[in-house]
Amino acid sequence: MSRRAAIEEAVLPPLVALLLAAVVGDLLILSFGQSPGAVFQLLLEGTWGNAYGFGQVLYKATTLVFTGLAVGLGLRAGLFNIGAESQLAAGGFCAALIGILLPAGIPALLCLPIYVLAAALGGGIVGAVPGVLKARFGAHEVIVTIMLNFIVLALLNYLTSAKIHVPDTLHTPELKSGALPRLGDAFAPFHGSAANSTILLAIVTAVALGWYLFRTRRGFELRAVGLQPHAAEYAGVNVAGVTWRALAVSGAIAGLGGLNYVLGYKHYYEEGFATGAGFLGIAVALVGRSHPVGIVLAALLFATLSQGGLAVNALVPKQMVDVLQAVVILAVSTSVPEVRRLLRGARRSNDS
Amino acid sequence: MSALNFLSQTLRIAVPYLLAAAGGVLSERAGLIGLTLEGYMLGGAFCAAAGSYAAGAAGMGAVAPWLGVLAAVLGGAALSMLYAASAIRFKADQIVVGIAVNLLAVGLTRFFLRLFFDSSSNSPRVPGFDVKGSGTGFVSLAHNPLVWIGVIMTPLVAWLLYRTPFGLRIRAVGEHPAAAASVGVPVVKVRYMAVALSGMIAGLGGAYLSLDQHQFTDGMTAGRGFIALAAIIFGRWNPLLAGLACLLFASAETLQIQLQGTQMIPSQFVEMIPYVLTIIALAGLVGRASAPAALGKTTTE
Amino acid sequence: MTNAIQLEGIEKRFGPVQANRGAGLQVAHGEIHALVGENGAGKSTLMRILAGLHAPDAGSMLVNGRDVTGWATSEAIAAGVGMVHQHFMLVPTLTVAENVVLGSEITKGLVLDRGAAERAVRELGKRTGLVVPPDRLVSELSVGEAQRVEILKTLYRGAKILILDEPTAVLSPPEVRELWAVLRSLRAEGGTVVLITHKLDEVIDVSDAITVMRQGATVTRMASAGATPQSIARAMVGRDVALALDAEYAGSTISGASATAPLLDVRNLTVSGTRRGNIVDNVSFSIAPGEILGIAGVEGNGQTELIEALSGLREARGLISLAGRDLIGDTVRERGDAGLSHIPEDRHERGLVLDYSIAENLILGQQHKFTSGPTIDGARVLAHARDLIARYDIRPPDPARAARALSGGNQQKIVVAREMARDFKVLLASQPTRGVDVGAIEFIHARLREARDQGKAVLLVSADLAEVLALADRVAVMYGGRFVAVLPRAEASPDVLGPYMTGAEHAA
Repeated sequence: MSRRAAIEEAVLPPLVALLLAAVVGDLLILSFGQSPGAVFQLLLEGTWGNAYGFGQVLYKATTLVFTGLAVGLGLRAGLFNIGAESQLAAGGFCAALIGILLPAGIPALLCLPIYVLAAALGGGIVGAVPGVLKARFGAHEVIVTIMLNFIVLALLNYLTSAKIHVPDTLHTPELKSGALPRLGDAFAPFHGSAANSTILLAIVTAVALGWYLFRTRRGFELRAVGLQPHAAEYAGVNVAGVTWRALAVSGAIAGLGGLNYVLGYKHYYEEGFATGAGFLGIAVALVGRSHPVGIVLAALLFATLSQGGLAVNALVPKQMVDVLQAVVILAVSTSVPEVRRLLRGARRSNDS
Repeated sequence: MSALNFLSQTLRIAVPYLLAAAGGVLSERAGLIGLTLEGYMLGGAFCAAAGSYAAGAAGMGAVAPWLGVLAAVLGGAALSMLYAASAIRFKADQIVVGIAVNLLAVGLTRFFLRLFFDSSSNSPRVPGFDVKGSGTGFVSLAHNPLVWIGVIMTPLVAWLLYRTPFGLRIRAVGEHPAAAASVGVPVVKVRYMAVALSGMIAGLGGAYLSLDQHQFTDGMTAGRGFIALAAIIFGRWNPLLAGLACLLFASAETLQIQLQGTQMIPSQFVEMIPYVLTIIALAGLVGRASAPAALGKTTTE
Repeated sequence: MTNAIQLEGIEKRFGPVQANRGAGLQVAHGEIHALVGENGAGKSTLMRILAGLHAPDAGSMLVNGRDVTGWATSEAIAAGVGMVHQHFMLVPTLTVAENVVLGSEITKGLVLDRGAAERAVRELGKRTGLVVPPDRLVSELSVGEAQRVEILKTLYRGAKILILDEPTAVLSPPEVRELWAVLRSLRAEGGTVVLITHKLDEVIDVSDAITVMRQGATVTRMASAGATPQSIARAMVGRDVALALDAEYAGSTISGASATAPLLDVRNLTVSGTRRGNIVDNVSFSIAPGEILGIAGVEGNGQTELIEALSGLREARGLISLAGRDLIGDTVRERGDAGLSHIPEDRHERGLVLDYSIAENLILGQQHKFTSGPTIDGARVLAHARDLIARYDIRPPDPARAARALSGGNQQKIVVAREMARDFKVLLASQPTRGVDVGAIEFIHARLREARDQGKAVLLVSADLAEVLALADRVAVMYGGRFVAVLPRAEASPDVLGPYMTGAEHAA
């Protein structure tokens, strides 16, 4: 395959998918008697058009980068982690627990490694369970992660509501030290938005994952397992080991996403703080083709849509965005193989 | 608390599970993962409420909830056809499109809730099946035709699957599609039909929810589709066993509701029961749960 | 009288592979006809065309005198042509009767008439001798019983012409005898049978006529009376072998090599199977430095599993000693590091990661040797790739190109280059030239000889007898998981090896 053909195959299908989503969006807007042009303009103004909106986009994108990277790592190893939802919550919960234990007055930079470890451990354990069940018993990770979502969320709900919540609320006590600064503290225009320095951690994680996947030997072996497990086995890779480790690390990355809320925004764990971010992570990884750069861009896209929904709520219901997100996934997953088939077919008929 | 009361409460909780699981068995046995049951139910619940409301507003009286049921069947079928076409015609990954269909159901119901009822949380009161003064317990349940449909759906699906030529073909297609194709079974057509049926039947489960409560509320299925999926797996893809699993899960919930005052077991732990049992079944710790061999594999053919 | 089957000039190409070139077949009514030939000779393709599973690119097909060129499966079934595939087309979770009627169900109102289906199976069984309990699940059947169900399926659909693809490959000797009895009774009822097979002696016994195919074409048609396994084997392998023998490099003698200690010593190697005993059964052999041991034999007699057991991909019992070091229990990587190199049988499945670049594929299995710290040293990988691309003439010479985009021959060159470039003492070469073009075959053969001449031990497995005879210093024949013969090259010839390969003769 020539380089040009490769680029066509990488870029064209997602573009077709986005176009399709835009058409559906137009139809929804028209059904509400509004002009699509005006709505999309408002959507852009409310997100990338002002510092507060942009800050909110960045905040939402930060969580999605983590869950997108988590799902993307799994996909690279040929595994489908549907559990990012509960891994994210478990990570946030563990960080909040540490926050209760740590005394006040410890510098944030000292606390940070402890929080990172706690969040990664929380998500990592939830991720390791389906990993081990798959590697040891062959239990399908998709069903196990779905079931674990319910189990873990119920467990966290129990722990929060029965044990450690602040009376009359559904959240834990605020952490006493280690809260991360908001972007608004450094750049005044961001003031009021939830964007915070966890975004740096997200970028570091994306770079680290890219390095791991594409530069290290372990990454080389992990991708081989995802592409052709039999060839990986031939190349001396321990496929079962890669399987459970990939899901554990995937869970750990999703767990780190919890810091965005707990350390950067509200400073406590609250039930349902990140509802939907795990599932959107699947969309992000899919649209971003499981590549860290693509995932960051896709996270921005989905965060823009989600924040944009609020911006256009005056003209059309913000719920339109929920539909659009689903249509993007549907369009990407159906049009990518289809457009690729069409491209190859066209090329073949040109050849002969 | 009488035993009769316990049973009627269990049945009330079990009906949507029974319907979704019965539909889901057909889809899974044909090789398409029932991840979308949640979406079919939610779509069905909304369509039932909207249909019944519209018919009621048009003065159709007692027929109104039946039109709601019809709308639910059509809504479930539409979502299931979207799923089937994506997975079969466009060879998209079943899990990905399954999740997308669920998200789409959430998004569409929210959007149309705003468009039709100008609310972001619930629909107005809609006509249901219950008769004034019938009270609670079995008497009230007996007035609801969807309860009857829910109860007979499990044996009906079992009959379809094990006694009819169509059922034989569904089982063959989900297990060894190449073998089915080699003797002239139209594999694609059988799959579309099985998935359409699953959408319709799960849609009925959604209709039961919204008509029973006389309104649609946002996200009202609350994971029931996944409990049905768990019941299918726990029931080893056998409709009768899956139905029993639904009753088991529902009775656990009833128990939890009745123990609520006593604080004996935290409700969250009862919630976990279906999911924990399913994971145990999947890990093969209680006998081998073997899925249809071609389950999830519509992309490779 | 017209023939039951009359195929002429059949051509069929799959991508770069020409499966049939001008193949023909004449089968009379009421005849049991054997179609024999080596793997890849095009027998199955020809029969799949006859059964309507493929359309021929050219040629004509007559069944009972009617032109049916390029018909569909359903038309073939309707016309009474049924095929029993080598890999059974049965649904394991359904009962025997359900499998038989699937697609042509008998109903009573809306409902399946199970009683009628089971009666039909019983009656067919009584008539033909194909007795299988109709209410049993197919997953509970033995292989022989499952095959009876396959035949019942075609008979239930009214097959008068029955095609069987390698029916005896999976059967035990008593089951084979039962199958022959069934086929004879079908013939007695006026049925016509085409049998694809390898077991030559049995073929002569059961068939009325034999057609031999080689390289996609029909070579000869003979009456079974008067044919011998030797004469058929000669026709199968053909003059090509004899020609190859004269022209090819004669190979070094083993007299000098046998004096030194063997590089690879295998004792009592056994791989357990699932159903029918051991897949590799107590195999012992050794290979000296500077020696190529060739394993000949019909595929599916344990060669694949033997190689997998040696390379660490499959569990096995026994002793594997590489230059004195015991490898049993070692991982794939440890064996590689100990000096075992492996060209796997299936390059698409195992030998390459098709979406990886040429450069990445050239370090596959040795990735831990190209690291600096945790990372892979890209510069060294690239230098390694450029070197091997030049030395092995891999085209296109672009290290970044995905392996998927290369021709079969160049893909195989990647595998060969990688495995020869590592530091090894023993080379396992499994079907090293399968599906590659002539130029690449010669190149790969030269590399294998080079390894031998450098004092390495080479274990060559090939379904192509000509290849084994052209390269090996000693030839072993594998049959039913055992080494049934081990001969010096000078004593090996198609005439000698044929009976061993087909199981007609067993040596100690």
